[in-house]
Amino acid sequence: MEALGLLMHGFAVLLTWKTLTLMMVGLVLGIFVGVLPGLGGPNGVAILLPLTFTMDPTSAIVMLSCIYWGALFGGAITSILFNIPGEAWSVATTFDGYPMAQQGRAAEALTAAFTSSFIGSLAAVLLITFLAPMISSFALKFGPPEFFSVYLLTFCSFVGLGREAKHKTVISMSLGLLLAGIGMDTVSGQLRMTFGSNDLLRGVNFLVAVIGLFGISEILLTMEERLALRGHAAGISLKVVLKVWRELPRYWVTLLRSSFIGCWLGITPGGAIAASFMGYNLAKRFSKDPESFGKGRIEGVFAPETAAHASGTAALLPMLALGIPGSGTAAILLGGLMVWGLNPGPLLFVEHKDFVWGLIASMYLGNVVGLVLVLTTVPIFASILRVPFAAVAPMIVVSCAIGAYAIQNAMFDIWLMLGFGVVGYVFKKIGIPLAPFTLALVLGNRAEDAFRLSMIGAGGDMKVFWSNGLVGSITTLAIVLLFWPVIERVFAGAGRLMRPAKA
Amino acid sequence: MKHVRNTIKATAALAAMLASAPAIAAWEPTKPVEIVVAAGAGGASDQMARMMQAAIQKNNLMKQPMVVSLKGGASGAEALMYMKSSDGDANKVLIAYSLIYMLPLSAKIPFNWRELTPVSVVAMDQFVLWDNAAGPKTVKEFIAAAKAAASPFKMGGTGSKREDHVLTVFMEQKTGAKFSYLPYKSGGEAATQLVGNHTEANVNNPSENLEVWRAGQVRALCVFDKERISYKTKVTETQSWNDIPTCKEEGLDVQYLMLRAMFLPGKVTAEQVAFYVDLFQKVTQTTEYKEYMEKQALKPVFLTGKDMLKFLEEDDKLNASLMNQAGFVAK
Repeated sequence: MEALGLLMHGFAVLLTWKTLTLMMVGLVLGIFVGVLPGLGGPNGVAILLPLTFTMDPTSAIVMLSCIYWGALFGGAITSILFNIPGEAWSVATTFDGYPMAQQGRAAEALTAAFTSSFIGSLAAVLLITFLAPMISSFALKFGPPEFFSVYLLTFCSFVGLGREAKHKTVISMSLGLLLAGIGMDTVSGQLRMTFGSNDLLRGVNFLVAVIGLFGISEILLTMEERLALRGHAAGISLKVVLKVWRELPRYWVTLLRSSFIGCWLGITPGGAIAASFMGYNLAKRFSKDPESFGKGRIEGVFAPETAAHASGTAALLPMLALGIPGSGTAAILLGGLMVWGLNPGPLLFVEHKDFVWGLIASMYLGNVVGLVLVLTTVPIFASILRVPFAAVAPMIVVSCAIGAYAIQNAMFDIWLMLGFGVVGYVFKKIGIPLAPFTLALVLGNRAEDAFRLSMIGAGGDMKVFWSNGLVGSITTLAIVLLFWPVIERVFAGAGRLMRPAKA
Repeated sequence: MKHVRNTIKATAALAAMLASAPAIAAWEPTKPVEIVVAAGAGGASDQMARMMQAAIQKNNLMKQPMVVSLKGGASGAEALMYMKSSDGDANKVLIAYSLIYMLPLSAKIPFNWRELTPVSVVAMDQFVLWDNAAGPKTVKEFIAAAKAAASPFKMGGTGSKREDHVLTVFMEQKTGAKFSYLPYKSGGEAATQLVGNHTEANVNNPSENLEVWRAGQVRALCVFDKERISYKTKVTETQSWNDIPTCKEEGLDVQYLMLRAMFLPGKVTAEQVAFYVDLFQKVTQTTEYKEYMEKQALKPVFLTGKDMLKFLEEDDKLNASLMNQAGFVAK
């Protein structure tokens, strides 16, 4: 077992006081940003990224990934105690978590959430441990056509499988692609849409856009709704924890199903949000007692949390092995890797073994330490929400501004961030999803470059996207997913026609 | 295509500098010095900047710390504009390469290196023709295969209308073979794509292909200089940098070297320039610098003052004529 040996080596790299301290700091910061509404995982990691620039890559990624785990844990706290999802993927957790809290079973719900988060992550980490070495040799097969087909698959799956109205997803994605075109075009070496402005030379930084779109717009919405943050005190006693853990084995099917959904959606870019809803909906569908869901059923907390965390963790695998981020936070971590001079991609696993296995080992350790940490510190974090919103909001705005400025040390980016805040607010008001916009902003450039390089290499022949089994099957899958709603309807129609014929 | 890169001249200049070592510089930085990199993380410029940072710190060459600031946006144009807008700020040093001539021509960036203050040329970088380890074994076989191929050979490189692209065009003109040039975002990416057999060749700098060369995944066909690289220590199992023939030896008469030079923003004082000339001269004498030159197969050169200006003007002319011949100058 080569993987096990390398993993043990990874643990050896990690087990220093310095790394363990950074891990704790990262987790605490992560839980903090997870609890604050409007901050959340991607923003938290984005804001704290510059802090790590001076560290060595291994320490830096350990700290950042722990912020990530912390945020994943933290998101559940507000969902359950206050019915405010700190993270988009915690929305499904509120369905049963909040009713449980109202019935005075907050501690139970929180323990369930944390434990299932832990199980989900663990499942995904196991997958990464044993699949990563295979993925890296597989990844060398990726040339421009293969990369383009993967990007196409991502875009198509967002349109075809997204829960939002198709035309709104397409509008959002197109706007993102348009903005991604600003700046230097690698293929022609020309500037595009900069209108003579020096600030636009480097293009629209996607982190700046994300901080504005999510952070600032959330503040605007909260202000409008005059949201008062009111909370109940919550404590967790050892007795409750043990009680929940004893119940756990009864739900093994749910846990397994959610883990699987999460891993699958994390690797194929679908995102943690889709996974949590899917986990919840499937648990409800297969339950003997679907009526009790939404009224405070513990299974309704287990299912979405396991799936959300499994996919959040699994999203790191394509990021490391192929340089393709499976989630927003993974995309920011990707940016971090490049800053430290590590090029994510096929050779990362060969050239930076220490780093990769250190990171994977930190996923195991970070999750164990995180579980203990959240179980013991819930009352403290919950008290954040007793601070009046009027006091919290300015702090969030300031931290967003610092985050946006620090990325490129440019004042212009703060204005850009505020502009995106307004855009995000308007989008949320008229129901245009933000995720496709961000996705297009991250992948737009790369998809375009990959497409044009494929065309140059193939002399403009579109058949290159079906030139071998690998690229052909990905492209075909992409097109199938794009037209999935139509295909589903045709099948359903055909099914209806078949039945009377048989009868 | 003749141009003179005289190491002896450089050494002479260095000796002259040593002889007339300036009196203790009156000025020194009062806050951390930013070393501005016009490329992405991990690229050749970034690695060089970090080597200098380490050399300065370890040998206590400056009281203030040095920080590396990556401004690789818009193929490096971000760094050029940043330096241009920092007139009079002697706490920023640009580590420049031939983009200072090429980018204003190809992308019409409103920039002219004469607006900055030249400090010193610190090295010259080589270009090597590489192919996949499974590909043709010599330049002649490579050219023959390229000519015989049904579809043009794919040549990977960094960016469009830049050094790599220019070299590709000149190879076409000299040999009559046709290449499709694929512009990637970085030399690292060009290296990976060559290993994966998605391109037939690239003209990466030694540092960019070093790791895959050592791993035996690519072959070095020839070096685009009029003499072989001087380093004779084995780098791979069987070869040293010196074992790579020059392209001219192999019948491909194309030469190109790229400067690595330090610039301050415009409107700085003579004392400030003197401080940095002295600083980078000391850097070139450190073991860190010498080891780095050998590891990355760079040519150690040190030019400053009038010699540097003369060199820059000649180099500018040469690059402009190459860009013109290749048809890369934006109208």
